[in-house]
Amino acid sequence: MSSKRLTFPTTEEEVRKLHAGDEVLVDGHVIGLRDRTQIRIFDQGMQPPMDLNGAFLLHTAPGVRKLGPGKYEKVCIGTTTSARMVRFTEGLGEQYGVRAIAGKGGLPDEAIEPMRRLGMVYFAIVGGAAALETTQIEEIEEVAWEELMPECLWKFRVKDFGPLTVGIDSHGNSLFHDVQERAKKKLEELNARL
Amino acid sequence: MITTDLEGIVEDAAAHLYVWALKDIPQDLRDALADAAKRETSVPGQRVLSTILKNVQIADDQQNLVCQDTGIAVYTCHVGERFPLHPARIYAALKAGTERATIEHPLRSNAVHTITRENTGPNTGHRLPIVHWEFVPEWDGLDVKCVPKGSGSENMSFLKMCIPADGVKGIKQFVLESIVGAGGKPCPPGIVGVGIGGSADYAMYLAKEAIARPVGTRNPDPHVAKLEEELFELLNETGIGPMGLGGDVTVLQCHVEHADTHMTLNPVAVNYQCWAARRATAHIGSGGEVEFDREF
Repeated sequence: MSSKRLTFPTTEEEVRKLHAGDEVLVDGHVIGLRDRTQIRIFDQGMQPPMDLNGAFLLHTAPGVRKLGPGKYEKVCIGTTTSARMVRFTEGLGEQYGVRAIAGKGGLPDEAIEPMRRLGMVYFAIVGGAAALETTQIEEIEEVAWEELMPECLWKFRVKDFGPLTVGIDSHGNSLFHDVQERAKKKLEELNARL
Repeated sequence: MITTDLEGIVEDAAAHLYVWALKDIPQDLRDALADAAKRETSVPGQRVLSTILKNVQIADDQQNLVCQDTGIAVYTCHVGERFPLHPARIYAALKAGTERATIEHPLRSNAVHTITRENTGPNTGHRLPIVHWEFVPEWDGLDVKCVPKGSGSENMSFLKMCIPADGVKGIKQFVLESIVGAGGKPCPPGIVGVGIGGSADYAMYLAKEAIARPVGTRNPDPHVAKLEEELFELLNETGIGPMGLGGDVTVLQCHVEHADTHMTLNPVAVNYQCWAARRATAHIGSGGEVEFDREF
């Protein structure tokens, strides 16, 4: 396990250097989206009006203050539970070239294979740590699909975003899978003791 | 004649409680998180807990919300029988206070119609906010507790109608399976609320009461308190760890509430509260005097 720094958008080569358990800080651009945004892209077949190639996606629906047409100021920006959105993983990588998905709580095992094959990673963020996360977002640069507020497509410029833990790497490893396997064995032992 | 605008006072109190709860987490919770950071030995677990402590500090310094999920507003009201405002007006005041806080701060509005998914506006709607009521004989006061409940943890709610032959062992097994299955999704380490007995719906109601207690308080019934202690130890042996990344601290506490039940029932409900276990209380006297604390 080591500490790394990456600027997004990035390449498959950079993402392949990451391993489950690594600590990462991120600079550059982060695209925020959530359930309704991805339902629109994949279930309703609408082309996202932002370039997702090499992108870092964050599972979020931010708290914001409207300044003017299409212009928003951050109030409190944090991260939501990723597992609800696992079925979009493959499409994001294959059709749009997304390199990283960040959220809280992990992605189920069905994300492991597409991430290995397509060269993607899942970053685990500390859920609930929104006051800190807000300070790491320098600006809300762009908002699309405002009618889905707050589940729009957001473009943030970030600095020192993290600390993130590589939860699933592009080599077939998942910390969440490992923790679950160990916990299930432990449950058998605990049940025998009850 | 001097009249007191009690409805206005309750509304003001609700607006204050909602924002205050979101920004400033209680001292008992801060102590539990600091203690967790000392106990945790895994590297990702330590990273998570030190980030949480840093986040709480930044929320204090910048007067920002601890977490962006402003939740659904859940209130618990203890209403004295001689409190001179009818619960119907108390409810109207809590609703108005929730709306005002949402608009004035502004807070993210989470409330949607459950079928159309259209946002209903300022964190209120049909049957929102949710209020738990208790009525207290021979008293003229009103205690209001606000618990903004985030969805990450609320989505990790579980109910099982165990049978009497499953006994306490069945209760423990179900709680353990539930929390292992939840993994990192409810933002561990948090508070596991367990409701046992009563009926299916009442067990879940009790589980929600349990998550809203001051951290580490024990049920006055010694049988239930013993179960709380045992579950707390067992849950921390699962190794789920902070944010489900593996570690020693899976839960900060386990609280259990119970009701007597039918001889053939043994309901168990689990309701999870994330590490940012937000709660704030107002004590309102019959003359309109208000004190704020975290005492229940």
